[in-house]
Amino acid sequence: MHHIYCPYCEEAREEEEYSYTGEAHIERPKDPAAITDEAWGDYLFFRSNPRGIHHEMWYHAAGCRRYFNVTRNTQSYEIHETYKMGKLPTVTAKTIAADTLAAQQGDAS
Amino acid sequence: MSQVNRLAAGGRIDRSKPMSFSFNGKTFQGFHGDTLASALLANGVGIVGRSFKYSRARGILGHGAEEPNALMQLHQGNAAVPNPRATQVELFDGLVSGSTNGWPSVEFDLMEWVGKIGGKLMPPGFYYKTFMAPQKMWMTYEKFIRKAAGFGKLSLEPDPDTYDKLNVHCDVMVVGAGPAGLAAALEAGRSGKRVIIVDEQNEFGGTLLASNQTVDGVDAAAWAEQATTELVGMANVTVMPRTTAFGYYDHNFVCALERRTDHISPVSVSGSRQRLHRIRAHQVILATGAIERPLVFGNNDLPGIMLANSVSTYINRYAVVPGHRCIVMTTNDTGYQTALDIQAAGRTVVAVVDSRHAPDGRLVQAAKAAGIEVMTGHGVIEAQGSQRVTGAIVAPLDETGDKLTGTGKTLSCDLIAVAGGWSPVVHLSCHTGSRPVWQDDVAGFVPGPTIQNQHLAGAITGEYRLSEALNAGIKAGAAAAGTESAQVFNCGDESEGAAQALYLVPHTKPSSRAPKQFVDFQNDVTAAGIELAAREGFQSIEHVKRYTAMGFGTDQGKTGNVNGMAIVAKTLNKSIAETGTTIFRPAYTPVTFGALGGRDIGVLLDPARHTAMHPWHLANGAAFENVGQWKRPWYFPQAGETMQQTLNRECLAVRNSVGILDASTLGKIDIQGKDAREFLNRVYTNAWSKLAPGKCRYGLMLKEDGMIFDDGVTACLNDQHFLMTTTSGGAAAVLGWLELWHQTEWPELEVYFTSVTDQWATCSFAGPNSRKVLEKLCTDVDLCAEAMKFMDYREGTVAGIQSRIFRISFTGELSFEVNVPADQGHYMWKKLMEAGEEFGITPYGTESMHVLRAEKGFIIAGQDTDGSMTPYDCLMGWAVGKTKEFSFLGERSFSRPDTARADRKQLVGLKPKDPTVVIPEGSQIVMDPNQPIPMDMMGHVTSSYWSECLGHGIAMGTVKGGSERMGETVYCPQADGRVLAAEICSPVFYDPKGDHHND
Repeated sequence: MHHIYCPYCEEAREEEEYSYTGEAHIERPKDPAAITDEAWGDYLFFRSNPRGIHHEMWYHAAGCRRYFNVTRNTQSYEIHETYKMGKLPTVTAKTIAADTLAAQQGDAS
Repeated sequence: MSQVNRLAAGGRIDRSKPMSFSFNGKTFQGFHGDTLASALLANGVGIVGRSFKYSRARGILGHGAEEPNALMQLHQGNAAVPNPRATQVELFDGLVSGSTNGWPSVEFDLMEWVGKIGGKLMPPGFYYKTFMAPQKMWMTYEKFIRKAAGFGKLSLEPDPDTYDKLNVHCDVMVVGAGPAGLAAALEAGRSGKRVIIVDEQNEFGGTLLASNQTVDGVDAAAWAEQATTELVGMANVTVMPRTTAFGYYDHNFVCALERRTDHISPVSVSGSRQRLHRIRAHQVILATGAIERPLVFGNNDLPGIMLANSVSTYINRYAVVPGHRCIVMTTNDTGYQTALDIQAAGRTVVAVVDSRHAPDGRLVQAAKAAGIEVMTGHGVIEAQGSQRVTGAIVAPLDETGDKLTGTGKTLSCDLIAVAGGWSPVVHLSCHTGSRPVWQDDVAGFVPGPTIQNQHLAGAITGEYRLSEALNAGIKAGAAAAGTESAQVFNCGDESEGAAQALYLVPHTKPSSRAPKQFVDFQNDVTAAGIELAAREGFQSIEHVKRYTAMGFGTDQGKTGNVNGMAIVAKTLNKSIAETGTTIFRPAYTPVTFGALGGRDIGVLLDPARHTAMHPWHLANGAAFENVGQWKRPWYFPQAGETMQQTLNRECLAVRNSVGILDASTLGKIDIQGKDAREFLNRVYTNAWSKLAPGKCRYGLMLKEDGMIFDDGVTACLNDQHFLMTTTSGGAAAVLGWLELWHQTEWPELEVYFTSVTDQWATCSFAGPNSRKVLEKLCTDVDLCAEAMKFMDYREGTVAGIQSRIFRISFTGELSFEVNVPADQGHYMWKKLMEAGEEFGITPYGTESMHVLRAEKGFIIAGQDTDGSMTPYDCLMGWAVGKTKEFSFLGERSFSRPDTARADRKQLVGLKPKDPTVVIPEGSQIVMDPNQPIPMDMMGHVTSSYWSECLGHGIAMGTVKGGSERMGETVYCPQADGRVLAAEICSPVFYDPKGDHHND
């Protein structure tokens, strides 16, 4: 069971207080009428579903009722960071790959 | 009966507290401090059960959680407990126990003959192979298989005990209170951190309690007592014996089962019997130890064949020697300690049979010095005996242990202690997804890499020596607590010979012809069975497990898995590291459902929400319906009425005079802010820009895919203040939905949402006389039809209470809703009942509400819609704004090709051809009932009722292209063979022009 730090309450709380609400950083098209059916379909239905680093939204339903973002590894369930709505992640699949590479090079030298 | 195997002195039992207990109807004596297993062994009881598949006689193999055979049936009546291991049951006076199987008795079991004769006919996959065809016969086979294969029996009566749960937090959680765990807890505890240490046994100490070693010169058991005393004395340390950490979950969440009274009486005298601890730990130290492996040879399951360290434990801890003439078969040095223990207890060691050719460790020397015969380079290849071991065939092995190098000889014995090496208890470390890794020098799987804040100490890492375990414990404790320690323990156990990896002792015949060589005792899996599975093409270890059942059940492969995996690897010509291991899952040992349920049972299973008027409903005989967590009046039966008669009476009262409904459960969301109106424009399908204060409007809420998600009426209280109502079940989801859009997409809008569902009570009264009722109680609002129109909102005084008055209707009749602060709700309801008495005001429930709204064709979101219905599918295009500036949620999806299809399922009315018929809800709709099966499914019936005021059944349903099929006949074939015909019509059956609600 997850232990999640709410960036608004500034406390780690049990998963039972939260709801998972899907992939983060999916912006609603500004002018839906202007985009193709395919683009609208992508927005509606297509999600990245990675094995590994995933940025997702959680809702502190039984707490402050705020939505926030979580960078979580979908395989290990490790939570790398939580951050407020409107912010960007500091940990991404790219930064982790870079860190791993740096660590390997460090080992080699 | 005397305790024939009990030693006169020694052990940790209290001879001054004798205890009487029964097993399979016979009475025996034991002592305080015994387990049921040690007491049975003390009394010379050999057979404790029958095996799962072959019904072979089985005795006690181990002394703890690893025991695969001695599953017991405990206690009687409603206190019955099925399947605890005798090795983990503490003895108390009056304990009633028995075997879980065996017919007519475990000593003489008829099924054994079935097993012997039929055994060859029951290879692995037996069930799949035999009972595959014909499929319909499975139900017949199953009855007999279940009966033959069962273990213990549950009581069918309610559990007399209570259970509870505790949420706990700590800095350092230590699992296991053996030498490593105790050392770790001491180190962490001394740092002042909050520490929890749990152990499944009644006493802390683990192997120390049965050891004849010393720790820094102190007797091992005495050191364990000192350490425990110090821990108990620390205010920051919680010490929990009789507590099994059975599951280790993400983010260092550990679940532990504390058995509070199981050792005292069958049913708890006071307080809870068991407690589930839900522990969130910053750091977890696993000091779960290791389990000794049995050796796989012919007839290795005979009673009298036991794990060597278990024999030592029975001797040293319980003062019980389970045999007179003993053979120790070993592949490592620890077996020699058992030989020394047996000899010290005054019984005969026939020989130590060691598979290694040149062992010379400290214990080997000691055994030789004690005059014990040591046969190196030999193995027990087969045990002899029928109900108990009577001898062993011992034969010479080559250096690798793979081949016999000569003929065997038979040694007479009544106990074979087997020491096949050790398997670290990696179970908990697996629970979080970490895959164990094979380590050749350990000859076992050790925990793999993990992302948990987890530390390991002791035998779980393959460090089996006492001093290693203690020192690893100190290190782990320091690492977890963030301290440093230079403490080093000395136990004088430095030199130990290397162990040999021997997973299957060869026989003169191949495994398929040799006497059965058991790998998994609980599931009756043999070496031959595993080899056959591999030959049949099951190469993945996960597939072998499922095909053979190895590692299944309550046993979870504690003793058998490594041997089995090694046999698979060898058959496939692979290394064990290559074939790998299956993953252990929670629970480590079985957990009672009682503890998992705790207090969350009966009325506490789920919160029940009651409205302010609930006492009135109770007093007036309401039948209740669950709507979400709400208890809503379903109907108000009067004496002698059937349910249908009640509904007919209630509905006619509304149509002809006045009825009253408790509508308090409808979700109410208070929306304020200067951009509230704009926000409503975006989340609702219709336009809100021009809704004046004092007006209400019905709105449909869609998901972005265009499908109806919720509906309700929203009132404009003033330009910056709206009151939204939602469905009773959808209130929380709608609030979350509004917050989602506000917080993630439109934070620039100034708008605030507050749930006020519980703050307001709602009396809804409908019918031609409803205005007259309200006029009697409200004098400061002009209620006449011209002044207060349909869909108007007013504030005023009703029965002396400041109220919100809505003229809205879910029945099609003239109707008012009066909202008052919840604490006035009961009073208001009673006042309305008084005022309505002269009109025969009739309380009605949700069922009549459903009938009345269906007569008007009003939908219930979630009943007539299912997340695949657009407003147009529901023929509610009138509720969609066509010229709204902002593209409201879901609008863009209307023009998606699939959403715009003409032949989508549409919600239409269905009028049964036979007016007396009420079509069952959920019925499938077809156009041609004579079409061969499978027929073309056109849709289904979503709502269906008897309409007393119309005098016929009415229904709503979805039909492909339904709006273009008005007047056509559809058919609803029923399971009982009837075919009900209905005509597609408008869903508005009653007052299609709306004259009544506009009155």
